[in-house]
Amino acid sequence: MTERMTGAQALVRALEHVGVDTVFGIPGGAILPAYDPLYDSTKVRHVLVRHEQGAGHAAEGYAQATGKVGVCMATSGPGATNLVTPIADAYMDSVPIVAITGQVASAAIGTDAFQEADISGITMPITKHNFLVTDPADIPRTIAEAFHIAATGRPGPVLVDISKDALQAQTTFSWPPVMQLPGYRPVTRPHSKQIREAAKLIAESKRPVLYVGGGVHKARASAELLRLAELTNIPVITTLMARGTFPDSHPQHMGMPGMHGSVSAVGALQKSDLIIGLGVRFDDRVTGDLKSFAPYAKVVHADIDPAEISKNRHADVPIVGDCKEVINDLIAVIEASGQKGDYADWWTLLNGYKKTYPLGYEPFEDGSLAPQYVMERLSAIAGPDTYYVAGVGQHQMWASQFIDYENPGTFINSGGLGTMGFAVPAAMGAKMGRPDATVWAIDGDGCFQMTNQELATCAIEGVPIKIAVINNGNLGMVRQWQTLFYDQRYSNTDLQTTRRIPDFVKLAEAYGCVGLRCERPEDVDAVIKKAMEINDVPVVVDFVVHQDAMVWPMVAAGTSNDDIKIARDMAPRWESEDE
Amino acid sequence: MSRHTLSVLVENKPGVLARVSALFSRRGFNIDSLAVGPTEHDDISRMTIVVNVEELPLEQVTKQLNKLVNVLKIVELDPSQSVQRELMLIKVKADAESRSHVLELVQLFRARCVDVAADAVTIEVTGTPDKLEAFIKVLEPFGIKELVQSGMVAIGRGARSITDRSLRALDRTA
Repeated sequence: MTERMTGAQALVRALEHVGVDTVFGIPGGAILPAYDPLYDSTKVRHVLVRHEQGAGHAAEGYAQATGKVGVCMATSGPGATNLVTPIADAYMDSVPIVAITGQVASAAIGTDAFQEADISGITMPITKHNFLVTDPADIPRTIAEAFHIAATGRPGPVLVDISKDALQAQTTFSWPPVMQLPGYRPVTRPHSKQIREAAKLIAESKRPVLYVGGGVHKARASAELLRLAELTNIPVITTLMARGTFPDSHPQHMGMPGMHGSVSAVGALQKSDLIIGLGVRFDDRVTGDLKSFAPYAKVVHADIDPAEISKNRHADVPIVGDCKEVINDLIAVIEASGQKGDYADWWTLLNGYKKTYPLGYEPFEDGSLAPQYVMERLSAIAGPDTYYVAGVGQHQMWASQFIDYENPGTFINSGGLGTMGFAVPAAMGAKMGRPDATVWAIDGDGCFQMTNQELATCAIEGVPIKIAVINNGNLGMVRQWQTLFYDQRYSNTDLQTTRRIPDFVKLAEAYGCVGLRCERPEDVDAVIKKAMEINDVPVVVDFVVHQDAMVWPMVAAGTSNDDIKIARDMAPRWESEDE
Repeated sequence: MSRHTLSVLVENKPGVLARVSALFSRRGFNIDSLAVGPTEHDDISRMTIVVNVEELPLEQVTKQLNKLVNVLKIVELDPSQSVQRELMLIKVKADAESRSHVLELVQLFRARCVDVAADAVTIEVTGTPDKLEAFIKVLEPFGIKELVQSGMVAIGRGARSITDRSLRALDRTA
């Protein structure tokens, strides 16, 4: 059945048809026609944010907490360019979002019109795909295609830029439209020969390790991963993007690999003879110096994106496919063959690392607060059913290290792009997607000052998130590098927020939120519990922590994983446990 | 480093050339030559891209190209199994005295003289990059006033067509 309506009405109708229930955005000149029918929609709730960057990160948080496509909307020019950071963030972390932007009228495109920016050109390298629509008849099909592309294969951001005249003009609407994507055919079924080859390598291996990345949760394959791990008794490491995909409490879990990974996880890679990479991309933050990364290991690499395979590290057995299908097929072949590896020596070595070099930190003798302690208590009190959302920097690493994740997808953070300001709006999006869950944003004082205006959105829209500001008065991770690599010359990292400029408690109150402060270890539990009890408004807790706390272990950028330090000038002794 | 010729079938839509060329520059690959044009099917354009890369980066760039939604198919054309041509227009100084020498070279290279003025001729020549380079060399002593060259276009030898299957994919969605 076809109906006559405007392009703008067709847009809103199409969004309803693809199942959108929440849109984060800000109106403006070029997108204005779309906001009129949006006003009448009973299916789509529009959340008016305070900055378009917040809309983008909220869409990411919503997408990651729900598994659905997140949606953000902005006007042309500056509205659209403010979305660039979250779009780049979503691209790096493979988050399915659709960004809808208004564009100046088609006749004005290219004339440097008021609020004109070539947003499709600008976002070309940071979107999975993008569209410029100038014909209202193309709107429904383009929306269907955008959501299909964003959600399938390797997920990612898609931008739809629609000219104002296309939104205003009359068109006919019918649903469903026929998608025209002849060049888009993601491969999800792994090749059975490759699966058999992988099983063969697993059977031959003495020191295998399952290197698990964000792709496993995106394939909703945690249960399958657990079966594969327990069937084979192979140790598991979970990357920053995969925390919670395998339970931290499981005895086979070796921790997080990488620059701030645990000795057991980094050691498991370096000493391994077979890496089974699932939904990973051998990122530089995991491999360290590539030439000395896992020197004894053969590699089985499964990913839905063929371009990731052998991009950084040669794969002896490449498998292109959806991780759920890959893991299920591996389980079937391994079960059928009845193969059982003997990893007793391997487990002795790894358990030795785990026991000798657990994650830890030194409390401060002056009685000031250690940030790691805050994480431990948050983890204990808020528990594993909470969604934890971090920005980037020291607080993010501590949140990854010292919170125990038991459930897939419960740690949401800016991994690939490392976007300061991610946490508050992403937590807002996550909470809107999972209104019944507790959502704790964990933010640094630097990050928090980039996007905290979304506290207003949270307070007004009734999104009671909780925010732990780990306030060390500095751009902490940068300061840590200055401590270690720049002779303690602290150039422009001192934010002086411990001087209470701004006062985060007053700031929270100004935004209609509850503001709490905690400066001593003995107060941590009470403050967290108090925050947990407040469920009608957002809560900001200013945890004033010692500025000298550092993130350990650390593999310095560009060096070998073998040179991991567990504290300053302290390296683990690999040799003594070896052979 | 070695030269590779890629034939890339793409949807005939605005902005596709920008997507392809931006991908090359973003991923750090240099394009030696690029030619785009229509094919026997209105909905498909064909790009011939010559890149100078090692085997592994070539695999990477091919995979990245394949991820572009508007890219339908990529085929690497082996020089021995394909016909590869570039087109050059070249304006050479030629007065009454030297003109016959120039025209002799035009004949030798199976080129064509397309424009004549009192003191210059414009020559059209097609061929492999080697042939064009040799032609430039022999004309240089006369004085080259202006030169313009196309990117390479290439097609596989034999009866098989690389567009057949892509056409079917297009038909399915139409």
